[in-house]
Formats: sequence, C-alpha cells, structure tokens
Amino acid sequence: MDNTYYNPADLAKFGNISELQPEMGRKFFDYYGEVFKEGALTEREKALIALAVSHAVQCPYCIDAYTTDCLQKGADENQMMEAVHVAAAIKGGAALVHGVQMMNKIKELSM
Amino acid sequence: MAFPVKSLKAQQSQFADSFFQLEVLQQPRQQGDYFPAFSSKLQESGLFPLKPTGTTILQINVGKMCNQTCRHCHVDAGPDRKEIMTRATMQQCLDVLARTPQITTVDLTGGAPEMNPDFRWFVAELSKLGKTIMVRCNLTIILANPKYHDLPEFFKAHQVQVVSSLPYFQASRTDAQRGEGVFEKSIKALQMLNAVGYGIEGSGLSLDLVYNPSGAFLPGSQTSLEAEFKRRLKSGYGITFNNLFCITNLPVSRYLDYLVSSGNYESYMQKIIDAFNPVAAAGVMCRNTISVGWDGYLYDCDFNQMLDLKVDARASQHISEFILEYLDSRYIMLSQHCFGCTAGAGSSCGGETVK
Repeated sequence: MDNTYYNPADLAKFGNISELQPEMGRKFFDYYGEVFKEGALTEREKALIALAVSHAVQCPYCIDAYTTDCLQKGADENQMMEAVHVAAAIKGGAALVHGVQMMNKIKELSM
Repeated sequence: MAFPVKSLKAQQSQFADSFFQLEVLQQPRQQGDYFPAFSSKLQESGLFPLKPTGTTILQINVGKMCNQTCRHCHVDAGPDRKEIMTRATMQQCLDVLARTPQITTVDLTGGAPEMNPDFRWFVAELSKLGKTIMVRCNLTIILANPKYHDLPEFFKAHQVQVVSSLPYFQASRTDAQRGEGVFEKSIKALQMLNAVGYGIEGSGLSLDLVYNPSGAFLPGSQTSLEAEFKRRLKSGYGITFNNLFCITNLPVSRYLDYLVSSGNYESYMQKIIDAFNPVAAAGVMCRNTISVGWDGYLYDCDFNQMLDLKVDARASQHISEFILEYLDSRYIMLSQHCFGCTAGAGSSCGGETVK
C-alpha cells in the first residue's frame, strides 16, 4: 500500500478515538449523533451543510462520508455542488474581505 | 458506462449463473478473511434457524420478460427473456389461493408482468377470489405499445394496488438505473394513473412508489424521502401518490455484477453488514411470504428465486404440491445477500420493515 497520511480504511475506525479517552469520546459521539438528528433542519439539509463544511475544512474523510450521506438522504447533484460553492464563496470571501484591511493599511502608509 | 441492452444471460455473463453468484457472495475478502456469515448474525439475535411467522402473501413472478433492462435488476429481466408463466401454472396458483384463506394478498411481479399474454385473464380471475391484488408495474410499459395504454383503467376495474419503481424524482439518476428516457415516460404514466384516480386522496385507488438507490449506497429514511418525493413530484409534474417504499439493493444478478465491476462490492457488503439490525431481521418479508417462480417452483423470496434457492420443504416445492402447513414450518434458506433486507430500517417489497 502507498505510504500516505490519509488511508480511506481509517474512516471506519473513527470510533476508535474513544480508546484513549473513553469519556470524552462517548460525549463527543453522543453529541454528534444528536446534532445530525432531524430537528428544525431536516437530515438532508444537515447532510448538505456537513458536505459544505467538509470542503471548507478540506477533510477527505468527511467528503467521503457526507457525499455518501447526501446521496442516501436523497439530495441531488445540483444541491450538492451548490453546497460546495457556498463553502467556496465563504472561503473566498473570507480571504477577499481582508482586502479592506489591506486597503486601510495602504491608506495609513501612503501619502 | 454504456447502458446494457441485453440481459446477462444473453451476454453469456458468469453473473447469469446462480451458482457463480453464490460463490462470489461466499468468497473471502481481498485481505484474506471472510465477512461474517448471515446465519451467525441471526444466531446472535436468537433468530436462527429463521422460520415463517405465517404466510399471508403469495408473490407470483409471472415471467422475466420486460421492456426494460435496468442495471440493478435482480431478475436479469429484459426483452430477450422468454421465460413466462403459462395459464396452466396460473390456474394452479388460483386453485391454491381458493383453498387458502390465510393468504390474503397476491403480489404480481416480473419482468413486466403485463407482458405475459395471460396477465389480464389472471388478474380478472384473482379479483373473483376477493384477494388484495398488487401489481409491480414498471410504468413505461403503459406507454410501450398502444395495447397497454388502457392499463390504468384495467387496474382500476379490478381494484388493483399499483406499486411502481421510480428511483428518483429527476431524470439523471432514474435514467442511469433504468435506461435513457425512462424518467420522462414514467412521469407520463404516473399522470395517466393519476387521471383515472390512482394516488388521489379519497379515490381508494392505491399508487405506491418504490425507491431504490441508483448506486452503491443505502436508502435514507423512508419518511424523509417520501416527503421529498411528494414535494418534488407535485411541484414539478402535478403528480400525487400514496406511499414511498424504500428498498435496499441486494447483491444479486445485475446489481452484484455492477458492484463487482465498479469496485464497490466489498465496501457495499461491509455497509449492509455493519447496518445489520436485529429488529429488521425479525420482520423480514420471507417470514410471511411465499414466492412463486414462472415455472411454478416455490421460494422464500424473489431474490432466492433468482439464486435458484428453492424452499426447504421437499414435499412442497412446487405450486402443484402446495401445502401451507409444510411451508409454514420450513427453515428459510439464507445466504450473504440476506444482509440487504436486514440493514438499517430493514427492506422488503413493502419498503422499511422497522416502524
């Protein structure tokens, strides 16, 4: 097998993080399960948000998991790609909005 | 990937051979060890050997002939399949039903059951027996030929419950699974069914849709998907229906071929094994259903039928020798494909089994 930092098989071992800290692990997974239950947002809407965030944080495990989850929950391809664009827009916007800070600094330093 | 136009049998594929399929399902994983056996999972749940709870449904497969060659089809049905039930075998089914009041529902499937030349005669005779009649209609058959255009009226005249496959509310995933142009024709057929009252509140005419995933993933929550299907089909096409049944694809025939050839086989098996639910296992449909093949042989379900796993009741393996007492005390035949029916909220021809 290629020697890489990311191994797809590790996704299925996510639960193993509880081995070294059972109490915190249990609390995290209970919380995680609660978050993704149908509530004010549907399970499908939550899966689409998770897919967008997965791209923003560039987590390959999360992209794998939430692409599958979105398909299972009936999201269509357009919705999924729009969710990724939302992530891209926020990440791009977050970089660009700092342009105002740059412009302020230019103003401060310039005659 | 190009859409198949021929059945696996016509292509002389290994996956047309039930023995080969069972071998694939039993083989070790790439890493050398084996998936847990379905029977051992049942044992852990106190359900082994699996026995019927009492047969109330007779599912009759009237033939493998179909106007479609869907990529996931466990029957390997298609226009090139000629195996269809004769009127004589249908008569044997009618004789059994007439003397078996415990069986209250008859579920007709195929192929496209409507393509059997004796289909209408059979439905008319079944309706005289006062049984609930379900027909698994693929929708496009209604538009396939002018002689089928009146099927909605025919179904209505015999108070048939129509159950139809529609894997998605958009063309992309529907056509990827069922063939180019199937979505558009399915929509027209649904509108024709609605026009005679099917799926319309208060009409008493039941129109249920079947969702099964177009790929190597499991179905999501039936309640949530039903709400989304209802919203999209109503707003996009003015279509209404009663229930959405979510069915998990079982690794049999074309779907098994797809899983293996796309490299998804092991991960899919792992998914359905990881999702094993003892509550779903207790409610599997083989416990209240007997499946009849086109040639009259009896099976625990339509999937076992396609794997040539006949019922384990030697004195009653054919409709001509149907004895309910023997059949209701049989051991149900199991293999690794059964994990598909016990995953998550369960899967049956009537959708989820865990309510």
